[in-house]
Amino acid sequence: MVTIYQGKSGLSRRELLKRGSAAGALLIISGSAVLSAGEAWGLESTALKPETLATLIQMARDVYPHDQVPDKFYAIAIKSHDEQAGKDAAHKDLIEKGIADLDQKSGAGGYTGLGWEDERVAILRQIEDTPFFQAIRGGLVVGLYNQKEVWPIFGYEGESYSKGGYIARGFDDIEWL
Amino acid sequence: MPAPYGLNDDSVVVIIGSGAGGGTLGNELAQKGIDVVILEAGPRIEYEDFINDEWDSFGQLAWLDNRTTGGGWRVHKDFPNLPAWIVKAVGGTTTHWAGASLRIQEHEFKTLTNYGKVEGANLLDWPITLADLEPYYAKAEDKMGVTRTNDIEGLPGNNNFKVFKAGADKLGYKECHTGNMAINSADRDGRMGCQQTGFCFQGCKWGAKWSTLYTEIPKGEATGKLEVRPSSHVLKIEHDDSGKVTSVVYADKDGKMQSQKARIVCVAGNSIESPRLLLNSASSKFPDGLANSSGQVGKNYMRHTTGSVYAIFDKPVHFWRGTTMAGIVRDEAKHDPSRGFVGGYELETLALGLPFMAAFLDPGGWGRSFTTALDHYDKMAGMWIVGEDMPQEQNAVKLHGELKDKYGMPIPDVWFTDHPNDVAMRNHAYKQGMAMYDAVGATRSFPTPPYPSTHNLGTNRMSEKASDGVVNKWGQTHDIKNLFVSDGSQFTTGAAENPTLTIVSLAIRQADYIAEQMGAKSI
Repeated sequence: MVTIYQGKSGLSRRELLKRGSAAGALLIISGSAVLSAGEAWGLESTALKPETLATLIQMARDVYPHDQVPDKFYAIAIKSHDEQAGKDAAHKDLIEKGIADLDQKSGAGGYTGLGWEDERVAILRQIEDTPFFQAIRGGLVVGLYNQKEVWPIFGYEGESYSKGGYIARGFDDIEWL
Repeated sequence: MPAPYGLNDDSVVVIIGSGAGGGTLGNELAQKGIDVVILEAGPRIEYEDFINDEWDSFGQLAWLDNRTTGGGWRVHKDFPNLPAWIVKAVGGTTTHWAGASLRIQEHEFKTLTNYGKVEGANLLDWPITLADLEPYYAKAEDKMGVTRTNDIEGLPGNNNFKVFKAGADKLGYKECHTGNMAINSADRDGRMGCQQTGFCFQGCKWGAKWSTLYTEIPKGEATGKLEVRPSSHVLKIEHDDSGKVTSVVYADKDGKMQSQKARIVCVAGNSIESPRLLLNSASSKFPDGLANSSGQVGKNYMRHTTGSVYAIFDKPVHFWRGTTMAGIVRDEAKHDPSRGFVGGYELETLALGLPFMAAFLDPGGWGRSFTTALDHYDKMAGMWIVGEDMPQEQNAVKLHGELKDKYGMPIPDVWFTDHPNDVAMRNHAYKQGMAMYDAVGATRSFPTPPYPSTHNLGTNRMSEKASDGVVNKWGQTHDIKNLFVSDGSQFTTGAAENPTLTIVSLAIRQADYIAEQMGAKSI
């Protein structure tokens, strides 16, 4: 399972500034972990470099940007690549090289150094036919949108049998027509 | 009291597949006192165990054995190993189907006559007419409890239907209602009424939607004349020197090879597995596969001209609530070549959950153009297009040249390319569907490409002449008297209607014919 844990205490604002941000959303690399400054969670890397995970989280958001969805869910969505990289050297290579390529194409500050989404998307458009991009994008379709915790953000109600369906819960309650 | 039959019992009718065709045929024969063994490749999962979750249910029910694809269809690019979204379980795809139950129209049985020759299309008239099938349609509608037949009330309209109906009214469509659905609108036949749960595609957990799993099959078993063997994957049909089929080789639940003797074999594995099985049963006597003297086994693969239209409004719709497909516009189902194509199409309401909407709205799509659509998921309405596609010889289910399944049998390779008529029809339907939603204030709409096929048809087609097709008007193969095809692969042409009602009607009719022929000792 995904090791999303509550944020480590002791990261002062000063420390935080000193470490610098990995991306706009203030993801901090600490040891083998990616920590969220604003939200209280962290993601422990096991096979991929923590910097790679942080960039993947940003990339995931750029591929499927939903401003109302917190980073945590993008982190959960890409975590499987770290797990797979631990079991499969070829996959690890695919991801690490893919991210290195992304950084290289993005100039001195790397991919997460690009401030505007449009700038990052322009880089992604250059690589959208690569196996690396397709592996990330394909994984996200299920990894992001199949998280039950994400569904309420979109208003989707999920399972309904246990509640007796919608026969008495608004299957025909539309009023604006 | 399911009857256990011996492997060496050569008096039984063996049916391969337990869906709309096989499950119905099995019960009909058993009711007549004929001994039947149904071999079903998938497990038996009762309806209480269905899952209200799209991906989990897909893992539970879908046919996921490896398949390959080819041709110009977008499914080949987006879902290269998933040509079809059909089911591997007792009840077959009647667990997953939406319930829409429409009769094929009279002119659609005679497409070559009524449409004339269409370049690149392999059109042919069915060897039967609507009049031939009408008594069986009536029996099927009663059996399945189809709404708006037999004094059965229509289903109530859900939110998605209300948006759809308002648009249809604005466009002046005359025939729009909540459909002819094999879903109980009230208790009937020992099954309860629809609870508006949604998740029709994931198997109805109430049993309100007709499925052979909890209607035909238990009824057949209750006669003591029907045995259903789940997890029995048929690999090959064998024959004797005279060319008569004699037995069926299958892998049982433990993967062990078994051979069941048979007096008659009926193939009902859906339009990909049925031709695959006939082709995989090639022998020195039949080097091109069983029943393939015409060369038409696997050819003319049809999947209906489909597509979806989704639209976003400025206020909530909650379109996933309620019966998934209880809504139809039939005005475009006519044959009116002035629209720029032959044949017609139906428009039917459709909703997907968030996970499948993400997967199917625009497969491969990404970035804000895609995600801003999902941001308004709760304000979406949706419809499905289902129209007649042109049979084409090169659209085919073939045996893969190299890849084999775990039993060593070549896997199916499914080829499909749209005919220009299909493209013209789909574009017309997109335009009409988007106009319907625009008329009620849609702020954005989406012409969504076809999903992996749910309506797989035509790969063992029915024909008057043995040189034109695989089976005669009874679904009996032209070449082998005791070998039948009992599923949608019999369809000569696809028509515009959801095919299940016709598959069930053909199965009831075929049961009468088999019983009569057995009685006359001619098979």
